[in-house]
Amino acid sequence: MTTSNNLKRVIIEPVTRVEGHGKVSLLLDEHQQVKQARLHIVEFRGFERFIQGRLFWEVPVLVQRLCGICPVSHHVAAAKAMDRIVGGENLTPTARKMRLLMHHGQFFQSHALHFFHLSSPDLLFGFDADVAVRNVIGVAAKYPELAKQGILMRKYGQEVILATAGKKIHGTGAIPGGVNANLSIAQRDRLLQDIDQMITWSQGAVKVAKDYTVANLETLAPFGSFDSNHLSIVRQDGAYDIYDGGLRATDAEGNTIFDHADNQKYLDYIAEEVRPWSYMKFPFIKSLGPEQGWYRVGPLARVNNCDYFDTELAEAERREFMAVTDNKPNNITMAYHWARMIELLHSCEVMRNLLHDPDLQGEDLVVTGQRRGEAVGIIEAPRGTLFHHYKVDENDQVTMANLIVSTTSNNEPMNRAVRKVAQDHISGQEITEGLLNHIEVAIRAYDPCLSCATHAMGRMPLIVELYDHWGRLLDRKEKI
Amino acid sequence: MPMSQTIDFIIDGVEVSARPGQTILQAADEAGIYIPRLCAHKDLVPHGSCRICTVLVNGRPQSACTQPVAPGIVVQNDIEKLNNVRRNILDMLFVEGNHYCMFCEKSGNCELQALAYRFGIMAPKFPYQFPARDVDASHPDIYIDRNRCILCARCIRASRDLDGKHVFEFVGRGPEKRVAVNAEARLADTDVDVTDKALSICPVGALMRKRQGYADPIGRRRYDHQPIGSDIEAKRSATG
Repeated sequence: MTTSNNLKRVIIEPVTRVEGHGKVSLLLDEHQQVKQARLHIVEFRGFERFIQGRLFWEVPVLVQRLCGICPVSHHVAAAKAMDRIVGGENLTPTARKMRLLMHHGQFFQSHALHFFHLSSPDLLFGFDADVAVRNVIGVAAKYPELAKQGILMRKYGQEVILATAGKKIHGTGAIPGGVNANLSIAQRDRLLQDIDQMITWSQGAVKVAKDYTVANLETLAPFGSFDSNHLSIVRQDGAYDIYDGGLRATDAEGNTIFDHADNQKYLDYIAEEVRPWSYMKFPFIKSLGPEQGWYRVGPLARVNNCDYFDTELAEAERREFMAVTDNKPNNITMAYHWARMIELLHSCEVMRNLLHDPDLQGEDLVVTGQRRGEAVGIIEAPRGTLFHHYKVDENDQVTMANLIVSTTSNNEPMNRAVRKVAQDHISGQEITEGLLNHIEVAIRAYDPCLSCATHAMGRMPLIVELYDHWGRLLDRKEKI
Repeated sequence: MPMSQTIDFIIDGVEVSARPGQTILQAADEAGIYIPRLCAHKDLVPHGSCRICTVLVNGRPQSACTQPVAPGIVVQNDIEKLNNVRRNILDMLFVEGNHYCMFCEKSGNCELQALAYRFGIMAPKFPYQFPARDVDASHPDIYIDRNRCILCARCIRASRDLDGKHVFEFVGRGPEKRVAVNAEARLADTDVDVTDKALSICPVGALMRKRQGYADPIGRRRYDHQPIGSDIEAKRSATG
C-alpha cells in the first residue's frame, strides 16, 4: 500500500459485466479529491512462453484458447502470421473469403454480446438504476423484443463461425496458407434464410445506440472522455477493413501520425511500457514516446480512422456519426457503443455479400510458397488491433511469440476513463453503488477482455476498497 | 483337431464361431462384437500391454488380444464391471501424459480420445501428473511428441515387423519408460521415412507427419459422427 501523507486509497474489485478479472484502486487526498486512479489486472497466464517449442501449425488452434469470447480473432491473426511462415500469404479467393466470413461472424456475435448482454442495461435503465434490474434479465423483462434480438443476433454470428470454423468456439477452419473447408451450399442456404432479418435488426441496434448517444450527448460527452490518438488498420485505399491493411495512427484532431505502416515492421512504430503495478503492459507510438504516444483502439478508433465503409448502410451511418464531431475524430468514450453498432451493421452487410459470392464454394483452399522464419499477423479484433508475432526454427518449432492484444492497447485510455469518472463523481469516504457503476460503465465502453489482455483465467468481478492515508480500510464493496 | 473345425463359444450371450488359432479379439471383430482396445492392431502381433481389452473368460480376467479362443468358453465383455476398469485405465492414461485434446491435431482422429468419449469420460478424475516430456521435431517430415505417447508399442512393432526397420524401442522402466529412437539422440538420424507404416499406426498424436495439422475439418474426422468400434459393430447389424 503506497499511501502518502493525507491520501486515501479506494479499491474497486472485481469489475463486473466485462470479460476477465480486474480491480480499480483510487487514491484520495485529504480533500477527498482523486489523486490517482488505476485499473489493475491482477492475473497472468503466459501463453507467449508456453507455446515455445510447439509446432507452428498448432498455433492458430492453440492461441485461440486465450479467450472464449473472440477466439476467432486469435485464430485468424495467428493463421495470418503462419501464412507467411509457409509462404502462403496470397490466399486463394475461397480461403480469403472463408476467413472474412468467419471473422465478420465473430464481430457480429461479439458486438451483439457486448451491446445487448453487457452494456444495454446501463443505457436502457441509467447508470444509477437499481442494480436488481440493471442487468440482462431486467432488459429481457422490460424490453423483451430487444433482448430477443440481441440473443438471436449473437446466435447468428455463432452459426456463421460454426459453418466456417467447424465449431462455435475454438474451431480449426484457418490453417497455414488457407482454410480446411469451403462453405457448402446447404450451409450457405441456411445462413441466407435469416440474413435479411439480421440486417434489419442491426439497423435497429444502430438506432438504439445512436438515439441514446444523441439524446444524452450533453451528459455523455464529458463522461470519462479525453482526447487521444487512434490506431487501426485500414485498407490501401483508406477503407475500413478488419482483416487486412496497413497500420494507421491519427491524433485527436485527425492529423496523420503514420499511415499504411508495414505490419511486418510494427516494432518500428509501437513499443510497450511495463509498469510495476499491473500485469498488463502499456503500448505506445514510438515516435511520440510513452507520455504522448498512448492511443485508443477498437470501434471508436476504427470508425474515426477509416475514410469510408465499403457497404452502403454502414457508410451512411458513419457519416452521421462523424457529423456529430464536425468530421473530426470523436473522442467521446461513450461513443464507442454507437461506433460498435455501426460495425455490427457493416459486418452483417459484408456477411450478406459474401454469402452470395460463389467463391465460397471454391475447391482451391491452400497455397504454400517460400518458407520464412519470422512473421507478423495483424488484424482488427472486435476490441481493437491485434498483433501476433512469431519466430519459427528450421524444425518447425516456435521459438518466440509476442502478442499485443486489443485490450492492452486500450490500457492507458481505460485508466484515464476511470480517473476522469472518479474525479467527476466521487465524494466522501464511502463507496456508493452509483460510483461503482459509473466507473464500470466507463470501463465497459471499451468492451475490455481482461482475461485476454493478460492471458489470465477466471471470472471478472469488481471490488472497490477505500483506504485512508494510513492504509486503513475505510470501506469495501464487492460485485459478483 | 482338424484345422477346418470351427470353435464355438459365447461372448456377451452371443454364439460366435471362430477358427482355431484366432484370439478372442479377432473372433469378436469378425462376429461384429467390439472389444475396446488401444495397443492391439489388426496388422500387428499382439502385445497385451494396455489391458483395455480385458474380458472375463469363464469368470477370469484375460486380455482378449492375446488369449486364444477355446471351445465352449463364456466371455463377458460389455459389462459394467469391466467398463469401469476400462474407464479407470483411460483416466490414468490421460493424467499420466500431457494430453491436451483442445489443440492436439489428432483430435477427432485419436483412438484414446474416441475411447474416452465412448465411455463417457468428460473430465479427468485423477490428478494430472504433468510429466516433463520432450518433442523431437528434428526430422524434416516427422515429429515425436512424447507428451502424447501412451507406450502402446504399436510404432515399435510396426517398424520392426511391417517396415523391416528398428527405428523405435522402449528404454527405461516404470515412470521413466519412453519410446527411444535408433540413433544417438534424434529422430533425424534414423532411417525413418514418411511412408513407414509405423507412422500411420500411432493411435494418438505422438508420432505424426509434419505440416498436416488440421487439414481434416471438424465434422469430417474419423470419430466425429460415429463412436470408435462402430465399424466393427456395423458388421453384426448388417448380418442381423
